[in-house]
Amino acid sequence: MDNHQHHESFVKKYIFSQDHKIIGIQYGITSLLFLLFGFYLVTVMRWQLAYPMEAFPLERFVYPLLGIGVILLFIRGLKIGIHSVVGVSLILLAGVSWYVATRDENMPNRIMLPEFYNQLGAMHGTIMVFLGVVPLAVGAFGNYIVPLQIGAPDMAFPKLNMSSYWCFFVGGVTMLVSFFVPGGAANSGWTSYPPLSDIATTGQTLWLLGMVFLITSSLLGSVNFIITIVQLRAKGLSFMRLPFFVWTQFVTSFLLLLAFPPLEAAGILQLMDRVAGTSFFLPSGLVVSGDPLPANIGGGTPLLWQHLFWFLAHPEVYVLILPALGIVAEVIANNTRKPLWGYKSLVYATIFLGFMSFIVWAHHMFMTGMGSTINAFFQITTMIISIPSIVILSAMFLSLYGGSIRINTPMLFALAFLPMFGIGGLTGLPLGLSTSDIHLHDTYYVIGHFHYVVAPGTIFALFAGIYYWYPKLTKRKMNEALGKIHFWGSFVAMNVIFFPMLIQGLAGVSRRLYDGGQTYAHAQSVLYLNEVMSIGAWSLAFFQMFFIVNLFLSIKKGKEVDDNPWEATTLDWAATTSPPLAHGNFAQVPEVYRGPYEYSVPGSDKDFIPQHQQ
Amino acid sequence: MMEIPYTSKPHSETGLYNAKFGIWLFIASEVMLFGALFTAYILLRVGASEWPKGAEILNVPLATINTVVLISSSITMVMSWASLKMNEFSKYKVYMLLTFLLGVVFLVIKFFEYNAKFHHGYFPSTNMFFATYFTLTGLHGLHVIGGMIVNFYFLTIGSKMWNTDKERFTNRIEIAGLYWHFVDLVWIFLFPALYLL
Amino acid sequence: MSVNNVKSHIKVYISIFVALMVLTVLTVFVSYLELSIGYAVTIAMIVAVIKGSLVANYFMHLISEKKVIYWVLILTLVFFVILMLLPILSTLDQVSR
Repeated sequence: MDNHQHHESFVKKYIFSQDHKIIGIQYGITSLLFLLFGFYLVTVMRWQLAYPMEAFPLERFVYPLLGIGVILLFIRGLKIGIHSVVGVSLILLAGVSWYVATRDENMPNRIMLPEFYNQLGAMHGTIMVFLGVVPLAVGAFGNYIVPLQIGAPDMAFPKLNMSSYWCFFVGGVTMLVSFFVPGGAANSGWTSYPPLSDIATTGQTLWLLGMVFLITSSLLGSVNFIITIVQLRAKGLSFMRLPFFVWTQFVTSFLLLLAFPPLEAAGILQLMDRVAGTSFFLPSGLVVSGDPLPANIGGGTPLLWQHLFWFLAHPEVYVLILPALGIVAEVIANNTRKPLWGYKSLVYATIFLGFMSFIVWAHHMFMTGMGSTINAFFQITTMIISIPSIVILSAMFLSLYGGSIRINTPMLFALAFLPMFGIGGLTGLPLGLSTSDIHLHDTYYVIGHFHYVVAPGTIFALFAGIYYWYPKLTKRKMNEALGKIHFWGSFVAMNVIFFPMLIQGLAGVSRRLYDGGQTYAHAQSVLYLNEVMSIGAWSLAFFQMFFIVNLFLSIKKGKEVDDNPWEATTLDWAATTSPPLAHGNFAQVPEVYRGPYEYSVPGSDKDFIPQHQQ
Repeated sequence: MMEIPYTSKPHSETGLYNAKFGIWLFIASEVMLFGALFTAYILLRVGASEWPKGAEILNVPLATINTVVLISSSITMVMSWASLKMNEFSKYKVYMLLTFLLGVVFLVIKFFEYNAKFHHGYFPSTNMFFATYFTLTGLHGLHVIGGMIVNFYFLTIGSKMWNTDKERFTNRIEIAGLYWHFVDLVWIFLFPALYLL
Repeated sequence: MSVNNVKSHIKVYISIFVALMVLTVLTVFVSYLELSIGYAVTIAMIVAVIKGSLVANYFMHLISEKKVIYWVLILTLVFFVILMLLPILSTLDQVSR
């Protein structure tokens, strides 16, 4: 490695860094900003749903962003740091949203057009999944934590790691730029179903290009993770001694490696359809706005896209949830001060889950007219895949039993994750059976279901992870009081948003209604819930401010702690300083002598024995 | 300070150095990429009301020559690696140059082939046959170009490493070779699927 | 791998190269026979699989590769087959047919 580390330039050290820790932080900051942006889009949408066709109070949405941006910029004089990067991004975001929202093609007289609503919807989904949650869970947490937990000096390929971050960055910027092209951003839903997406405005082309970059980034990242975990584990750290978080990242990487390429292929085909005039996804005899398409167009099949898309997108669901399960497992084991219940069954369930996730995808396609044989096949596999999920969740619940639980902010988020993910999982079962899916398909029920999995599920787990590993990065804890306000506020708000969706969905309200269902007969009895959900969403935004303030304030003002404040057993806490050494992480090459969760071992003088203790 | 282990020495359990394991994982993902495209090809072809026989509109002799060129470049590639194993750097240079040049020949022939199609008014938008033909061969062509850039690097600037770390340089050529052979392998399937059937 | 080892390998490479050339000529020749599409596809794919496995086994040294690689490739192959089969089966099972 570099012997001249003290002379590294700013650019090499902080921007084009090859250190997994810096790259992890870059991923973290970028993806948190994207999460905020994706959430911001939906708060705007919720105005239209709660008060259809009423003038949009732009100032109320832009000023808070601007305010926080300015505060962050000046929080430490004019010193340059992460806070100023985020501050500038927020001010930019405020400016951009002002510009976009005041354009006549989006909101004439501040009244939202359906086209703009569709852009917001499509980009909310895309940004949250591909630019927010996955990069945060895998790019940030995986990058920062995995090498530390396995006792490695860095990722196996540091240059590749850097390029995967920059691919992600370019992909993200491409997505953002698409708001400014004629016709605006992609507006065919995050699933980009053809034939609609084939004939959509230019934004869709940028969406596809952005996806190609994001997929490339994921592929490079997953190769790196797999090699790192297989080859770079410390001496004595056998697979069955790996912290569960590393296991989840390992399985996740395989999902990314093998499931993403088919979407890349599909993306290339759709790009050809849009740019070169092919018709892979355009059936014959299509009539657009009253005009039949030219004779040479046609012969393709929209179902092909759906197959290739869901071949990725179903495993992607597990990409979203597995790292979250890993984080929750770490936090729970640490705060119950006892070993995880059924470590081996957790590991095997995870592997099985990963494998099965490749053969369930067509349960998203029950309504496409598949015959009963194939339908039966996918229903059976879908029911089978719920078994390992239940195994994992049960093991985590059982881990709580008999523990002397420490209630702190990370633990609160981890504990809330369990029932929320449970609701998300159980509401999925009726969607996996084609009979009940006929009623529920494409209703708000589906939206409620997967948001329960991803929002109070995965995102809560990610918050738990941020509060838990924060002292590793800064040697300070985040403020507990602010953390608890953040937790309870978010917990209540999330349920206020998502539970009514299940009710609306059962009533039959379709998920893509621009007016919130005002002109929709089914929706009349549940229409009042729209305003409730919107108020929930804006309260959720309010409570995130406590998080943002806490995140930046605690860097300098947080309670100072030692290297292992949670008294954890894994190498990331026990064998390195906080933050770990700039190059190589460990002062001495660590060696591992025991399993990952040796808490409260009878006869031991402390209630935890670090993995590297002989 | 800790160094990243197994950059050129094999790991005792897996028997592999990092990059070799890495390229195989990358190839695995490429298998899925081309696999998805083959699936698309089969689905579209089975669903089509008519599908022309490749040989009637495409130039089979040219494509056959291209197959020979690509297979030859595979053998020169593997020979360049074998030369390094036998410590004969000058032979390596010759074989690597040949590999690169054969890549050029492949692309030139491809260029003439495409050009002839365009002259006859055949474009990707013409019909589903040409859509799959241009997409699949085009994507394969991009892979060839990618491989040639890597090969060119190891032929020129990258070859300096031979003076400092012979083992690691030989490994790098092995990696580049694995990728190059894979590109060859994809062509072996594309050729009959598009041109002969 | 010793120098002698490599030398014996080179002989193998040459014979594989010859085999690939022969198979290429064979598959082109068969395509001129005007066989029915079923036979033509079967023969062309068999030849392609043989050629592909020669390249993979000898040029890419898969025949003497480490176990981990086999596992990764077997896993990939399973998903590859799933990816090939299931969409086709679903399409054949469409209600409209």
